[in-house]
Amino acid sequence: MSEVKSMPEAEEMPEAERMSEAERMSEVKRMSDKRMVPEKVLRQISLTVNGKALTLHVDIRESLLEVLRERLGYTGVKKGCGVGECGACTVLIDGTPIDSCIYLAVWADGKEIRTVEGLAVNGKLSPVQEAFVEEGAIQCGFCTPGLVLSTTAMVENGKEYSREEIKRELSGHFCRCTGYQNILKAAERAVHEAGHRCAHCKHEQEGEKG
Amino acid sequence: MFNIAKYDEAGSLDEALAFLSGHPAAKVIAGGTDVLIKMQNGKMGEAELFSIRGLAELTGIKRTADGAIFLGPLTTFAQIAGDPLLQKAIPVLIQAAVSMGGPQIRNIATIGGNICNGAVSADSAPTLLALNAELRLQSAGGERKVPLREFYLGPGKVDLRPGELLIGIIVRPQDYLGYHGHYIKFAMRKAMDIATLGVSVLCRVEAGGVLSGVRIALGVAAPTPVRCPEAEAFAEGKTGSDETLEEIGKLAVRSAKARTSWRASKEYREHLVAELVPRALKEAMRTAGGEEHV
Repeated sequence: MSEVKSMPEAEEMPEAERMSEAERMSEVKRMSDKRMVPEKVLRQISLTVNGKALTLHVDIRESLLEVLRERLGYTGVKKGCGVGECGACTVLIDGTPIDSCIYLAVWADGKEIRTVEGLAVNGKLSPVQEAFVEEGAIQCGFCTPGLVLSTTAMVENGKEYSREEIKRELSGHFCRCTGYQNILKAAERAVHEAGHRCAHCKHEQEGEKG
Repeated sequence: MFNIAKYDEAGSLDEALAFLSGHPAAKVIAGGTDVLIKMQNGKMGEAELFSIRGLAELTGIKRTADGAIFLGPLTTFAQIAGDPLLQKAIPVLIQAAVSMGGPQIRNIATIGGNICNGAVSADSAPTLLALNAELRLQSAGGERKVPLREFYLGPGKVDLRPGELLIGIIVRPQDYLGYHGHYIKFAMRKAMDIATLGVSVLCRVEAGGVLSGVRIALGVAAPTPVRCPEAEAFAEGKTGSDETLEEIGKLAVRSAKARTSWRASKEYREHLVAELVPRALKEAMRTAGGEEHV
């Protein structure tokens, strides 16, 4: 199932989104037939992906990662280790970072899912994405969507985070390029710029930030 | 795609117990962070999964009328880590919870799964053992209570009978009130790693730095998580001096049945026990405010 195929790139993704439910259903059926899957392994779920309400049939054997990438075209969700260790497949489920590779698609019923594709508004990057760009926190980019989403969860939950706490919140992501320093800077910048001015945090005053 | 032959979900606890009595081969799944990974690694054949993740009645942390702490088995590690009641009552359990996996795993992995999986490296195990935790197990036929200490039968083997579900983890008031604890997870990384060794200690510190009720539990030091009765007995009533703590560490090694694995040799693990047990006790005494007496 995980053999390399030519995947639609992120820019082409809206095409998959525009797919009508009838088309999607026939797509499900077609895939099912191809795999000789009995109808009993299909379940209908309703979920929201990046603000878009969807109702679709998923296979009980599918991970959320597979549905998001292969069915819906959200290729910003990366498949890395496949066993919940690298964090590349992280998505926000009801605002909480979860490894989608070890999350069954049927569990997504009734959930609100967000992927990196859902962060930019009208083509304008989110403040977290901006911070990653500004701090040069991206090299090959494979870990970036997951890290941006975990940082987004921190920014959105309104809590205050120390540097150590930010490190801990990002510790479920592997980056094999950067050495994490710029990622940490980006996350700190995003978290603090989001209006969290914690008393014990003196980054702004010390001019640590550009 | 996972190799799942059949997938069912429980709507209520009664429904779940009825289903399990009729489907003893079904594999119970909650957070999925053990089951799905085993499937992904091909360590489990085609499985009939039975999900209990929707059972709200098995989630949450509360203090019962008798002062005991009740942990619902579906409580996630993240929920434990952020729980204000536990922060006050049993902070050492929060230490253990935060050491497990990484944030995404803690957001979904459950404490009940960590126990029922029977892993010798389970991060919650040493602390729950040191807390004398008791498990409530229920099947369609009735309920029984089993001390966690008796629940572990061997590596990956627990005393969970066919059709049975873990429905609660209980820490009695006499086992946590007045106690101070500390958990040390020794691993190669600070996150996303399996413990090379885990040490959890609980103790009371009386006037003059005298130790009482010392409880020491080890993970990855034997085929199951274990307590260290010899070391605990020796510690009782002693002043926690450096020499005494060192002796306690040496005695704790006697309870270990460490083995050599690719992670560490038997000798190294024994060295870790002798070294980390005193460190953990020292830290527990420090949080008890007993440091100045040492």
